[in-house]
Amino acid sequence: MNLSPRYPLGKHEGKHIVTASQYLVDSINLPNLMSGQISPEDLQIHAATLLAQAEIAQQAGFDSLAENFFRAAELTRVPNSVLLAMYEALRPGRSTQDDLSALAIQLENGFNAPRCAAFVRQAADVYQLRGILHSD
Amino acid sequence: MISCMKDQASRRFKILAGRDVNKDTFIQPWPEAGLSVVDSPYDPKPSLKLKDGQVVELDNRLRQDFDILDFFIADHSLDLSVAEQAMSVPAQDIARMLVDIHVPRQEVQQIACGCTPAKLVEIIRYLNVLEMMIGLAKMRVRKTPANQAHVTNFREHPALLAADAAEAALRGFAEVETTVRVARSAPLNALAVLVGSQTGRGGVLTQCAVEESLGLKLAIKGLISYAETLSVYGTERSFVDGDDTPWSKAFLAAAYASRGVKIRFTSGTGSEALMGHAEGCSMLYLEARCLLVTHGAGSQGVQNGSISCIALPESLPGGVRAVLAENLLASMLGLEVASGNDANASHSYIRKTAKLMLQFIPGTDFIFSGYSAVPRRDNLFGGGNFDAEDFDDYTVLQRDMQIDGGLRPVDENGVLAVRREAACAIQAVYSGLGFPKISQAEVEAAVYAHSSDDMPERDSVTDLAAADRFLSGTQTVLDVVKVLEAAGYHKIASNLIEINRQRLFGDYLQPAAIFDPGFHVNSAINNPNDYAGPGSGDRVVGSRWDEIQAIPQARLPLDIIQDCQGPSCSNLTEAGEFQPGSGQEIVVAVGPAFGTNLTRTINGLDHEAVLAAILTGIARQGLIGRVMKVYSTSDLGQLSHIAAQLSGSGIAIGLQSRGTAIIQRRGLAPLSNLELFPQSPSLNLEIYEAIGRNAACYALGQPVKPVAVKVDNNARLRLIVKTALLHRCETELVQVKPPQTLRFNWEPDI
Repeated sequence: MNLSPRYPLGKHEGKHIVTASQYLVDSINLPNLMSGQISPEDLQIHAATLLAQAEIAQQAGFDSLAENFFRAAELTRVPNSVLLAMYEALRPGRSTQDDLSALAIQLENGFNAPRCAAFVRQAADVYQLRGILHSD
Repeated sequence: MISCMKDQASRRFKILAGRDVNKDTFIQPWPEAGLSVVDSPYDPKPSLKLKDGQVVELDNRLRQDFDILDFFIADHSLDLSVAEQAMSVPAQDIARMLVDIHVPRQEVQQIACGCTPAKLVEIIRYLNVLEMMIGLAKMRVRKTPANQAHVTNFREHPALLAADAAEAALRGFAEVETTVRVARSAPLNALAVLVGSQTGRGGVLTQCAVEESLGLKLAIKGLISYAETLSVYGTERSFVDGDDTPWSKAFLAAAYASRGVKIRFTSGTGSEALMGHAEGCSMLYLEARCLLVTHGAGSQGVQNGSISCIALPESLPGGVRAVLAENLLASMLGLEVASGNDANASHSYIRKTAKLMLQFIPGTDFIFSGYSAVPRRDNLFGGGNFDAEDFDDYTVLQRDMQIDGGLRPVDENGVLAVRREAACAIQAVYSGLGFPKISQAEVEAAVYAHSSDDMPERDSVTDLAAADRFLSGTQTVLDVVKVLEAAGYHKIASNLIEINRQRLFGDYLQPAAIFDPGFHVNSAINNPNDYAGPGSGDRVVGSRWDEIQAIPQARLPLDIIQDCQGPSCSNLTEAGEFQPGSGQEIVVAVGPAFGTNLTRTINGLDHEAVLAAILTGIARQGLIGRVMKVYSTSDLGQLSHIAAQLSGSGIAIGLQSRGTAIIQRRGLAPLSNLELFPQSPSLNLEIYEAIGRNAACYALGQPVKPVAVKVDNNARLRLIVKTALLHRCETELVQVKPPQTLRFNWEPDI
């Protein structure tokens, strides 16, 4: 039994899937690695692949998992160091209301990540109500 | 008159007081302190009110009074398209659906995702542990159960980590978790279990349990393939003390997914009470909140079942039941479940194994969220509920019950080979990456080691410096792969690149995803649980059942009686049909296999020596013994009955080839006797001689003290299989043939 005809993507669409650096996943192999054609950036999943997994999750009845994949697809555009800083900013007592607003704007405008931006804005509202923002 | 009876202590109670189970701590519930597992008077009653598509009341709390969990659950976790309907279904009806084989799991999951925490625990109120186990067998998201191992050691020795990870992979674990004693060791520990596990078999997922952002860094470098210790808590204060919020945790989950890395959250009953912020609520109610947060955050799964806090719910009545309930609730919400059984739950093996059965028998996505694949003393999680010394017990339990517990029996040579390959591979990696050398002596030690006691010391200062450089530098798993390939470890290099390549498809991000040795993903999407009653779902049949049955300890039956067989006794010859006797004699009747197809008794006594002992005993009383071989029966009572008929004195001794003996008298029924010696393993030559003497005394009418034989309560356990096989061997020779005289070329030494 299979809850989604596209799954596994690697089996059905593996020939076409590319990494975030546009490298063909099928070309990630030992010979190419040894001849220097593959770098760490080539191990980054493409946003489109995460969107495909989101669709699969929805088809199989895992809606909130799909939401996670939608957010993740947006976050593929965020570099590693910035990503870690964003996570930190969302932890209790780290950010002021303004910090979180700025974070939301950065996500929306800087990284084309509207879902994540909305998520952060909602967090900011709740943190304000519950008193877990950073107090200057 | 005043009684002089002193209060004496019961000897039995003193022994009971010293039992392992009484080293555990038991307390009476104290709801105000959060020390109740279910049904605290402070648990809210279920309710849900929507207004304009938004939740304005959740479990009798109004939106204006929501805490961070309430907000998150209200706005992210509940499936509002079904919630009002789900809340209107009586909890008992939902409970009944769990055990109704005609209700598909999808239907139950849909309803559960519309239920508030208080509603979820209300469903549990109607279920006993048996019903919950049936529910869990149905609601588990992946069809096939699996298992997770802990691989750590006190010395954080890389060769031992790699070897143990390889063995764990060979034994069938689908995931291996390591951690650190010293935080700075993280990248090297992660690396060692990564290389080791892929040596055992490709496709094993590995993690390193460290602080959240360090974990993400390791993932980005490709040194781990999943993360699990994304903790959530059931009250706002405990969540904040845990330095996160549902939003930050959800963001972290998305961050990992954006790097193609699988995660699951960790919750578990008892954490809030331990942290002093249970708000008077029951452990299960707070866990239900955690699970809804987990689900709402979009985590594909959860590690729960109390986890490190296990001894806390287990101190309370119904604790083990509540821990099963939390596994069930998680699977009802469509979450992959790694179901505890990791932390040391009790001093008593009886108690911890009984608790394990509640997950083992129905099966969960990971029956252990950390079986210690190393000895307990090397387990850095403070765990080791079951450890490497219990492996054979575990594989036997699988075989006993025909249950897939996620492991397979292994043979020593196979294990040594993968341990060696893994230790050599990590040695090559360290050499190629310029880390402090791993010596040949360390590799050899790791191959045969049981624990870090068996390992030589390493210089941790230089190791940690290398770890720091590795973490802060630009090297990634790709550099590791290049080193391995260049050093000739082609298979391991291929596996390592493949486990990282799979991150680019995202397939293993789906619920309950694991890889088989060929890197085919196996998840709730392409292997969903379709249990619908007997004969359906995951059945242990075919090659998997063959594998589970084939424990190396299982012998060919006939091998067991080899030590009772040999060349026929040269001093025993058949000499024609046995004639009835007269006068004072004792007939000694032996079974059809005596001296020929069997030549020793069950405990290895030569048949000739046994016969000699009996005849010596008879001779000591001045009587003659005549030996007869009976063919018409193998039964002791029957053959001695025949012998007593033919004996001049009417007294006979019966002797089966396995050694069981009897003193019989003519006139007694076959199942009656003068003396019976049923425990053949307890009989020695001295006793056989005494049997001979006693028979003669009966014949002479002298007073007889029955032969004393020690009772061994373990004899049946040890030897019932051998007994059955020996008796079968004797019974096979039963034929229609009159009893034969057996001439014994021997004289008593009197």
